[in-house]
Amino acid sequence: MSMQSLDIQRRSATTTPSPDARQTLEVAKLIDVSKCIGCKACQSACMEWNDLRDEVGSNAGIYDNPRDLSDQSWTVMRFSEVEVQQGKLEWLIRKDGCMHCADPGCLKACPSPGAIVQYSNGIVDFHEENCIGCGYCITGCPFNVPRISQKDNKAYKCTLCSDRVAVGQEPACVKTCPTGAIVFGSKEDMIDHAQERIADLKERGYDNAGLYDPQGVGGTHVMYVLQHADQPELYHGLPKDPHISPMVGLWKGIAKPLMSFGLGLVALAGFFHYIKVGPKEVPEDEETES
Amino acid sequence: MSHSAKLVTRYTAPERVNHWFVTITFVMLAFSGLALFHPAFFFLTNLFGGGPWTRILHPFIGVVMFVSFMAFALRMLKYNHITPADKQWLARLPDIVRNHDDNLPEIGKYNIGQKYLFWTLIITIVLLLISGIVIWQPYFAPKFSIDMVRLAVLVHAFAAFVAIASIMVHVSAAIWVKGSVRAMTRGTVTAAWARHHHGQWYKEIAKGSGK
Ligand code: HEM
Ligand code: SF4
Ligand code: SF4
Repeated sequence: MSMQSLDIQRRSATTTPSPDARQTLEVAKLIDVSKCIGCKACQSACMEWNDLRDEVGSNAGIYDNPRDLSDQSWTVMRFSEVEVQQGKLEWLIRKDGCMHCADPGCLKACPSPGAIVQYSNGIVDFHEENCIGCGYCITGCPFNVPRISQKDNKAYKCTLCSDRVAVGQEPACVKTCPTGAIVFGSKEDMIDHAQERIADLKERGYDNAGLYDPQGVGGTHVMYVLQHADQPELYHGLPKDPHISPMVGLWKGIAKPLMSFGLGLVALAGFFHYIKVGPKEVPEDEETES
Repeated sequence: MSHSAKLVTRYTAPERVNHWFVTITFVMLAFSGLALFHPAFFFLTNLFGGGPWTRILHPFIGVVMFVSFMAFALRMLKYNHITPADKQWLARLPDIVRNHDDNLPEIGKYNIGQKYLFWTLIITIVLLLISGIVIWQPYFAPKFSIDMVRLAVLVHAFAAFVAIASIMVHVSAAIWVKGSVRAMTRGTVTAAWARHHHGQWYKEIAKGSGK
């Protein structure tokens, strides 16, 4: 979807500036896990707005259904049963999907120009028509989000309803959530709103309640209010300190320009060596010897 | 050459075909791989029918190249053990690159640079195959852990860099040392060329003991 082609702050595999004339407001979606009842209305709304239909799966004896993100399921509810306090069972339900990282590993890794863009409002979007299906975005993502379709070999993930946001609407999941667990607005407002919720949770005995806006990836444009922000792993393995893997950083950081430069240097060295010393020929006298 | 020089065979026809097969597939791999390595090279995807085709074709060409390379390497293996004469030859490298070739030690079919190239390519191409399989979408990559894939892509890029740089040196040397390219295209070199660059090998073939 390129409805916002004027507002692109970053574009995959592109070394010149992106169309950046307009600055839009930085947005964020805030998911308050403590308010979520696991009804999956957001999953349905996502399917409906984006016209996606995953295969009807089978019941695995747990509530997670579909079992995983896919090219057709851009968000899934993850249910975790935990006992943080002895004898006090808690059902933590996290809406999983793309976090819309400020420093997106997917975009950093993608080799295809313009297959992944980041709008100036912070949304990270895949433009599937430019996708070559290499899977590098999966390699780069610290949250295990992108999925490659078996049908067309293109990568898909949550768009944060970039099409709706572009025309001033909230994402479909936000619109549909019956408990108000998902809210949307400017990133600043969402942080303020989260602080109120966290103060409330702390009053109710959740001393470690907090905001999940991991700075390792520069913050995210999908944030969580967690009851146990000190242990995000409880929420179906949400990483505590996510960052772009050092191996990906090395590969897409220093290695890329250095090795390209190195190859150029080898070519030039070969050429100028020849120009300087000339061809290596068998001396005339040896030539006639036989 | 004005006079008709005496020629000796350096490569048989099957060896030449094998070598050219490896050459063509390797160049295709280097172009299609570099296309995805840095945006500066992305235009190379046009040679393969666009981005998706480049991504699809590269690993299949890789497997074909691997098989033909290994067949070729097997033929060349016995000439690529490093000898004491090679070490003495290497000590004269500063002279050699300046084309001062007087009184060089006599060496076998390959010089030590060529032998290093041989072993470098064996190592990097094995690494490229293994790491290439780990990152191969959509068939194999999903079967490996994400950290395996991250490591493999790094190994693949690094091994490709070493292999491509080595081949660039290999090609430069072939152009620089006059009379070498015909060994690759026609299979023969002049006797003077053989004596000058690979004296020991020349003696062996003159005796009829080697080839
Ligand atoms: C030996 C068998 C090989 C296999 C199975 C293989 C497989 C792959 C795969 C699966 C990719 C990811 C992109 C894609 O899906 O097309 C890739 C990338 C690449 N390959 Fe290979 N390859 C092989 C050999 C080579 C060789 C010989 C070279 C160098 C001449 C090479 C250079 C590259 C480069 C530069 C990349 C891009 C890496 C990056 O983006 O950092 N490959 N290869
Ligand atoms: S969560 Fe993954 S897919 Fe989403 S923006 Fe971050 S790196 Fe990209
Ligand atoms: S699969 Fe598509 S979006 Fe993902 S890195 Fe490759 S080209 Fe980019």
